[in-house]
Amino acid sequence: MDWINATIQGTLLGGLYALFAAGLSLIFGIMRLVNIAHGDLIVLSAYLALTVTMAIGVHPFLALVFVVPAMAVLGYALQRTVLNRTMGDDLLPPLLVTFGFSVIIQNALQIGYTADPQKLKAGAIETASLSIGPITVGVLPLLVFIAAIVVIGALQWMFYKTALGRAFRATSDLQDIAQLMGLNRAHVFGLAMGLSLAVTALAGVFLGIRTSFDPAAGGSRLIFGFEAVIIGGLGNIWGTLAGGVILGVAQTLGAKLNPGFQVLAGHIVFLLILAVRPRGLFPRMD
Amino acid sequence: MNNHEVSRTTRLSTAAMIVLAGILIVMAAAPWWAGRADLRLFGEIFLYLSLASLWNLLAGYAGLVSVGQQAYVGFGGYVLFALTMLAGISPLAALPIVMVLGGLIAVPVAALLFRLRGAYFAIGTWVMAEVFRLSAAQITVMGGGSGTSLPASIVKSMADGRSAREALAYWLALGVAVLVLGTVYLFLRSRQGVALMALRDNELAAKSLGIDIWRSKFVVYVVTGALTTLVGALIFMQKLRISPDAAFSTNDWTAFVIFIVVIGGIGTVEGPIIGTLVYFALRETLADLGSVYLIALGAVAILIMLKAPRGLWGLIRGTRGIELFPLSRRVRATTNKDT
Amino acid sequence: MSETILSISGLDAGYGDFQALYRVDLSVNAGEVVAVIGANGAGKTTLMRSVSGLIKTAPETVVWQNQGIGALRADQIAAKGIALVPEGRQLFKSLSVEENLIIGGQLGRKGPWNLRRIYDLFPILEERRDVPATSLSGGQQQMVAIGRALMSNPDLLLMDEISLGLAPVIIKSIYDALPGIVGEGLAAIVVEQDIAKALSVSSRVYCLQEGRVSLTGASHDISREAISRAYFGV
Repeated sequence: MDWINATIQGTLLGGLYALFAAGLSLIFGIMRLVNIAHGDLIVLSAYLALTVTMAIGVHPFLALVFVVPAMAVLGYALQRTVLNRTMGDDLLPPLLVTFGFSVIIQNALQIGYTADPQKLKAGAIETASLSIGPITVGVLPLLVFIAAIVVIGALQWMFYKTALGRAFRATSDLQDIAQLMGLNRAHVFGLAMGLSLAVTALAGVFLGIRTSFDPAAGGSRLIFGFEAVIIGGLGNIWGTLAGGVILGVAQTLGAKLNPGFQVLAGHIVFLLILAVRPRGLFPRMD
Repeated sequence: MNNHEVSRTTRLSTAAMIVLAGILIVMAAAPWWAGRADLRLFGEIFLYLSLASLWNLLAGYAGLVSVGQQAYVGFGGYVLFALTMLAGISPLAALPIVMVLGGLIAVPVAALLFRLRGAYFAIGTWVMAEVFRLSAAQITVMGGGSGTSLPASIVKSMADGRSAREALAYWLALGVAVLVLGTVYLFLRSRQGVALMALRDNELAAKSLGIDIWRSKFVVYVVTGALTTLVGALIFMQKLRISPDAAFSTNDWTAFVIFIVVIGGIGTVEGPIIGTLVYFALRETLADLGSVYLIALGAVAILIMLKAPRGLWGLIRGTRGIELFPLSRRVRATTNKDT
Repeated sequence: MSETILSISGLDAGYGDFQALYRVDLSVNAGEVVAVIGANGAGKTTLMRSVSGLIKTAPETVVWQNQGIGALRADQIAAKGIALVPEGRQLFKSLSVEENLIIGGQLGRKGPWNLRRIYDLFPILEERRDVPATSLSGGQQQMVAIGRALMSNPDLLLMDEISLGLAPVIIKSIYDALPGIVGEGLAAIVVEQDIAKALSVSSRVYCLQEGRVSLTGASHDISREAISRAYFGV
């Protein structure tokens, strides 16, 4: 029974990882950009929410009303002012520039908030649980998982059914020709990064409610998101959810064997899948 | 009639080699003229110079952007400690073994990570470094998560007395820097090195040279892994204490190294040298600022990447194509003497 | 004679260190079809890319409706009413046929063209509206590319080698549709290697040779000998 419970916990944890991954996968799909600072931006969102909840005393969920647009604007501005200048055939500039941002964000958070772990307090919902027969499910993890499904479904709908999604796909296919259709690439990329960081903001707030975080927590979040993307297969956003779930289950089962194995077990499953199916389980992109 | 002579050396590069040889002699004598603190600092400079040159070979020439070289630094430290503490091998004898083991472990790692393309390769190297770190924390004989110190008996066995030991550590650092720079330079002048540079500039040209690019990159990754492992062993031989967090630190062994190379000039042999000197000059004056110093370094690296992608050396070099370490061949007209 | 809408003067353009055009002069009047001919590598595509903004030039070398547009971005030029049917069709592979057409019209410029009229012009596209655009045959893809450009209701249509790689019967059907396209006051520049086709649809012709204008004149009274001299430089 313990093992079944652990598997369910892991599945729900996978929802959070899929949220980490969604923003990463979105910008890679549209502009082939891998944002090394992605994890640090997740953590930055959590700190922003912390500041909002402390300053005006609102529930972390309500803080989303501020944090999501703030991160979206930050993403758009970052892309327009800096990252667009690094876009091209050479992959070094975007990689090294986002790496620089990663170090800057980490250290700025350390100055602003110290290195002490923090947590977002969400009240009763943190401990609430549902019992279905012998199985107990935390309300909060379930909520995060449902949010992940909703976000991924919404992203999928946006990408394939809206004018914005059409613009994203066209720009991803042929940047020059999309420009001829009146799409300003710099603006489209800005929107993509804005959307990516809006999802990141959501992920950051959920992260902050589920576990404690500190300025150095970003690296692991980037890695978990990345592993979910690769396990699921590039270009398949539902695959990313599956990848997140596989990673989450591997971690909770690993932790059950030995608490020190939690993260290591996830990495090992990732490496195994990379060895056996280098294109991930459900690849779609070439 | 005119003849043409193809050569690599220029008057400047010959002068640079003579100056370099002079510097090398002076630095080799440092234990006799420098104070203890300075000697330690010089040693550290040589080790960072080695890490930076190796990362530059990997990222700047082979296009393998790794953010996980701390895996090899930490691996080197841990294997050195294990060989001396558990197998009773003397630290000096252990060094070549450590290097070979570093190269051996790099083979399966490369086989796995080379499945990831471009930027995803970078994050893959980071995952690998995390696997190394988390695994090290599980090794109880090495103190698990809190790490261990090199026993005094082993430390004493290295050389008689503290100053002799410090001189030895220094010479090893200088030696590894010479080994690394020499290896990088000779590799870049080899056929495979030329192919990699051609690939960086033009993929088609490289393919027409008929060199298996995948194999060249593989060789670069493994050799870099072996040498980085050796540098790691020396770093922790000097520190005398190791823990998973210190051994596999992303900041210390990757972030700083990347900043050094980017600031100095990525994809040039001279860049890491200039970058290392700038980095240490800044560190000696600003290190007290802690986080602010790191933020400043990150900001400078971003600015350089945007405004001068070939770094300080690129600015110095300008469009004249100066090379202290000549890699490109020049065609020169010569007046005929014997024909 | 009607007013000049596009006037190019002293255009130098190229890619990086490579200069492909030298001091090119060219003008297009309202409603006029101009042909640009020339051998491979003569600079025809570079000329199209310069006018449409994919290559930036000095602001005043390309003047559109009395405004210098040489330094504008391609999306800004598209908004001013210049549309390009690019060489090699270049459809968006992640978009369906209909989505390719819709994205062509997303600037929302007013004019006669809409989805309905494109489907009337090329009925086969309506049948295949939901399939990925790049799964169509070459000729059908060319129809999508032309439709996509028309959807923006341009005042000037640039067509870069629309017959390239297509079977003669397909080329004929596309050129047969041309009068229905340019008949409503729409001006066009037709870039072609097929000289006869180019001359038959145009009122004036420019010949490019190694990046320079080597000949210009009225399409109906220009001699074959003059063209072959201008074309091959012999």
